Amino acid sequence: MSTSTPTAMQEGLQSCPDCGLLSRPASGAEEGRCPRCDEELVFRKKKSLQRTIAFLAAAAVCYIPANLLPVMTTVTSAGRESDTIMQGVVLLWSPTGWPLSLIVLFASIMIPSAKIVGLIHLVISVKRGSIRNNIQRIRLYRTIDIIGRWSMVDVFVGTFTVALIQLQPLMSVEPGPGLLFFAAVVVLTMMAVESFDPRLIWDSENSKETGKEVQHA
Amino acid sequence: MEDASLIACPHCDLMQRIPEVEPGASVRCPRCDKELWRHREDSFNRTFALTLASLILYIIANSVPMLGLTAVGHEAFTTVIGGAQQLWKDGQQIVAVLVMFVAVISPGLQIGFLMLVLLGCLRERPPAWVGLLLRHIPFTRTWSMIEVMLIGVLVALTKIADYATVIPGIALFSLFALVFLLASMQSCFDPREVWSRIEWAEPEASTIKSKQYSK
Repeated sequence: MSTSTPTAMQEGLQSCPDCGLLSRPASGAEEGRCPRCDEELVFRKKKSLQRTIAFLAAAAVCYIPANLLPVMTTVTSAGRESDTIMQGVVLLWSPTGWPLSLIVLFASIMIPSAKIVGLIHLVISVKRGSIRNNIQRIRLYRTIDIIGRWSMVDVFVGTFTVALIQLQPLMSVEPGPGLLFFAAVVVLTMMAVESFDPRLIWDSENSKETGKEVQHA
Repeated sequence: MEDASLIACPHCDLMQRIPEVEPGASVRCPRCDKELWRHREDSFNRTFALTLASLILYIIANSVPMLGLTAVGHEAFTTVIGGAQQLWKDGQQIVAVLVMFVAVISPGLQIGFLMLVLLGCLRERPPAWVGLLLRHIPFTRTWSMIEVMLIGVLVALTKIADYATVIPGIALFSLFALVFLLASMQSCFDPREVWSRIEWAEPEASTIKSKQYSK
């Protein structure tokens, strides 16, 4: 981009995250308040990278029990049988059920791990001050943001299977401990996306153009 | 007055002016391709109609049974809230609260906030509380997951169909329609138009700022 179009931060202006109004904080101040909607203003989200990393680390830790512990336990007169998420995918695989099996495989196994890996890539590239592939990186961020919610599918599968199959003493389904960890992974990765400030992707490029050092707010 | 057409892209911070475009057209950031504004046709009336329809379907969807099941003489029905209740009883309180939040509370807030914002906009100068609600609509939108829940229900039904006969309830069809209504409700709504009319938190600031820009 040409140097004639600066960013708001280079101009010393803060953009309101909610209403979009540009305003100038009191001289020397890092934080301001939006005069229109009264929201707190910062140049960049506070401690964006640290918070993203913290949520990612927590999500990665929960990811292990989420996949190893059972999410559902079926109780019949013949005994108890527990299923993990992956076993659920396999059980669902049938000549008619395979499309749904694929949806669960994508939503529960691939999306959470892809989100964690993708966000780690974004954090590392920003930390290293990369100026390459900015468009691809912002697309990666938007994709992660849009598909993240779909991981919640398995939590709902568990909820409604448990709610419906209560045919005591014949057969009943109980939620397993894996469900909590799995839900935690989904929520934590969504919070990691929320903490990441996409404008950081462009800041190295901005500072290269003007020769000015980027000031992290 | 200050210049509201001058903005910074929320995804790359590039400063730019939003031009007036014809209805239906959208304005995108030249650097990162983020959609900055779309000029919606007849935004207020359409959003109001869709919000009202969503509100009615939301009430139906949460008051009648969603799924029923018959097996060996047993019959069981559940609502969306009933699903969360059963999880709570089975010792998964945290997950129960989460399900309640993303499937019932957030969609409710999303519809309710938007309805109140639209009602507030009937005044020529919407009061500051409209802004407070408007600010929180993106949050309710992020956490309202009815479309995800429906896929989850579909998967659960396929699994259960092996053991029992499943009866889809009225709420299931209402939720299905609600998914499309919520999506069109959000895409018809133009927050920028509301922000441009709203009463400022600091009324005197609007005049000070125009001086800053002219410097």
